[in-house]
Amino acid sequence: MAHADQENRAETILKIDNIHMYFGRVAALAGVSLDVEKGEIHSIIGPNGAGKTVLMNCINGLYRPQKGRVYFKGKDITDVKPHGRASMGLSRTFQKIELFGGMTVLDNIRLGRHIHLKSGIVSGSIYVGKTKREELESRKFIEEEIIDLLEIESIRNKTVEMLPYGLQKRVELGRALALNPELLLLDEPLAGLNLEEVEDMTRFILDVNEEERWKVTCILVEHDMGVVMDISHRVFVLNFGNKIIDGSPREVQDNPEVIKAYLGEEDLYSSRR
Amino acid sequence: MTASRIEITKDLTIPKLFLHQCKRYGRAKVAMREKEFGIWLPFTWQDYYDNVKYISLGLVSLGLKKGDKVAMIGDNRPEGLWTEMAALCAGGIGVWLFQDCMMEEVKFIIDHSDAKFFVGETQEEADKAISIRNECPKLEWIVWDDPKGMRNYHQDFLLSLKKLQERGKELDKKEPGLFEKTIAQGHGDDICLLFYTSGTTALPKGALLSHWNMLTMGQNLMSVDPCYDTDDFVSYLPFAWIGEQMMSISCGLQIGYTLNFPEEPTTAREDIRQIGPHVMFAPPRLYEGMTRQVQVKYIDSTWIKRTAYGFATKVGYKVANLKFEKKPVPWIWRLLNWLAYATVQKKLKDHLGMSRLRHAYTGGAAMGPDHFRFFHALGVNLKQIYGQTEIAGISIVHRDGDVKFDTVGTPIPETEVKITEQGEIISKSPSVFLGYYKNEEATKKTLVDGWLYSGDRGFIDEDGHLVVFDRSKDVMTLKDGRPFSPQYLETRLKFSPFIQEAWIIGDKRPYVTAVMCIDYSVVGKWADERKINYTSYQELSQKSEVYGLVQKQIEESNKDLPATARIHRFVNLYKVFDADDEELTRTSKLRRAFVENRYKDIVAGLYSDSEVVHMDTTITYEDGRGQRIKTDLHIQNVNV
Repeated sequence: MAHADQENRAETILKIDNIHMYFGRVAALAGVSLDVEKGEIHSIIGPNGAGKTVLMNCINGLYRPQKGRVYFKGKDITDVKPHGRASMGLSRTFQKIELFGGMTVLDNIRLGRHIHLKSGIVSGSIYVGKTKREELESRKFIEEEIIDLLEIESIRNKTVEMLPYGLQKRVELGRALALNPELLLLDEPLAGLNLEEVEDMTRFILDVNEEERWKVTCILVEHDMGVVMDISHRVFVLNFGNKIIDGSPREVQDNPEVIKAYLGEEDLYSSRR
Repeated sequence: MTASRIEITKDLTIPKLFLHQCKRYGRAKVAMREKEFGIWLPFTWQDYYDNVKYISLGLVSLGLKKGDKVAMIGDNRPEGLWTEMAALCAGGIGVWLFQDCMMEEVKFIIDHSDAKFFVGETQEEADKAISIRNECPKLEWIVWDDPKGMRNYHQDFLLSLKKLQERGKELDKKEPGLFEKTIAQGHGDDICLLFYTSGTTALPKGALLSHWNMLTMGQNLMSVDPCYDTDDFVSYLPFAWIGEQMMSISCGLQIGYTLNFPEEPTTAREDIRQIGPHVMFAPPRLYEGMTRQVQVKYIDSTWIKRTAYGFATKVGYKVANLKFEKKPVPWIWRLLNWLAYATVQKKLKDHLGMSRLRHAYTGGAAMGPDHFRFFHALGVNLKQIYGQTEIAGISIVHRDGDVKFDTVGTPIPETEVKITEQGEIISKSPSVFLGYYKNEEATKKTLVDGWLYSGDRGFIDEDGHLVVFDRSKDVMTLKDGRPFSPQYLETRLKFSPFIQEAWIIGDKRPYVTAVMCIDYSVVGKWADERKINYTSYQELSQKSEVYGLVQKQIEESNKDLPATARIHRFVNLYKVFDADDEELTRTSKLRRAFVENRYKDIVAGLYSDSEVVHMDTTITYEDGRGQRIKTDLHIQNVNV
């Protein structure tokens, strides 16, 4: 994959500096540091209970680490609340779908856009001037950028809970994109999908990452090693709260410690096929 | 409207007509609409003209010469029609491929047709063309239209439709008037389209159709059922199907009605409802789908709605039957029918997108009388069409007020239809095609002294209506020596919402048997309500409760059939018949010889005493990958 931009050292968009996270006496993260560069797909892998989701929660602000700092676009965001981070351009999807089941697909995606709507309650209620402009822009953005990209035209007015799981996952990605993020955290976006859905979802992730319009940096937590090794620029391996290695997919696959952590799965690349 | 009707002469071509219509309507009228990003976007005739002109000149700048083939593939969208029109304007010949064509078929058609250009819609189609390019040396250019996913493609034989239009604009500056000049050189007898017929038996054959063929066909159809330029038509069936060409080009261009393109194939149903077309032409399976949709909604609805529906259909059927028998409808039934319309039919028609519908046609395969009655009971003027690609679409249609559901109607003007001594249907009209491309032998067999031999069997009844049996080879002989149409039984079975496909076996056999494909969503829902667990189609189809359900449907259909035609034994197949597995043609007709060979184990099982068949076979996914399936199928007897 395109490593060309690595030569002229792209800027770091997210910097995690030695964070520690304890639950009681259990160290979920024991001094983890990670640099994510702008424009890359940086995967985080590790066995169950390695602390991947905890790390994600620390990045997007659901958890506050006991020690260490998190920097986003050069700013220290350790003390910023999740919604504050969201308006800075940090968005995520969840391992377990967190959509509003009773609302339509369109409403769920619109909700993701809410943070960018600035008009107040008064002008909002009479729909003139700035509000109107804002609403039209928002509609255009959702329809032309998100619905078209994710190919969910036929379900835009359906209630989310009526949809099959694979489509719900897609809607969740849509909502995350509605924030127009610079950094997207994807927590197991492929879990529970069938082969065809995996291919579709992977294509969407690549589109979001590579397409001129988006160019979103992605942090991907995923168990599907075939996909991870295929699309990641770099892979960060976590085990029991500690970093094993942070390198290119090739380096990771050749690392004996990684192989040991993934007991039995000797050839990581072919774990799916 | 008749005043503005264009006279079809041998000098007229589709491009000349196109030019004429663009001048006539200009910016004042909408030629087509496409739903995009949730909004209907209009294109006037002027927009249509501009787009076609630059694509056409772009193709010329890349070296398109008169008679060169342009292969096209993609969903229904304005760009597709523009490209076709552009190819014709430049003197080229259009070749459409079905969107879901497998690689082998694409390769065969591109190679056999000598296509020089390939115009696809998305990355998927571009990929197909790129991968066969080495084996099709005559293919020079690949054009794509949707930029999504195309960012990493830089091959020098690849070009976007936008770039093509830019090239066209440059050429227009250099040689103004070239576009019109090329069009003026065309003649009605020139070939305009090359259609690959799907064929239930052999390799596809390429039928050559001229401008004259296409235009006379449209004119003759519309002299039976006039259309108006204020009409709306929804174009959502494959352009590679002659029926769609006939509505969009032969009729649409001539009369100038508005073509509407749905957003995505998956949204078509919703989009049709929004447009509410005046004319509709679809193969039976689409109407069957609508019937099923209504029946399923009925099962789910409340008591009061079911009662109202029950009343409305009762009245509807009664009135429709009176009309079929050409008897007057007494005033009391008229009143009741009005009530049925006001309470149920109006709403239902709106949901099906049929509220403004004047003519609905079905053709391409046999349609069961049950479905036919169903639509007439709703007050929909559904009519049968009979024809084939080789006669530019249709030759026979029902007239208003003279619909008989077991016939296909009477010939359109300028068309003669006869039955040979062997019982084969033959026809003659200005729309009869020119022959098969690079296939002298087949042409000689099909075209004799200007008569088109259809290969279908049939007879003309006392009212002058044509009755079509199946393809000659598809008629079966029952135990008592009577000829019988398996399709008739199949369409009867398919009237049940639980049955998606059926295959009847019984030719020269002791009794009739069936292979059934359940409808996954309907039976799945039925199973959910009964707390029957299943994980896949395969598993669901083999549940004993499902067997019971299917048996009930068969017994229902067996009821008023002669004893020899009743189904004795059946098996539920572990999958639905699919064109990708070559079990159906691309127009969804069952390929009997093929399935008979493929499922010979099942056939053997049905005619033995065993209760189980062991299957070991491979199914094909759309991208060409295969998966091996090993399973046991249960065989069940029906109480006859």
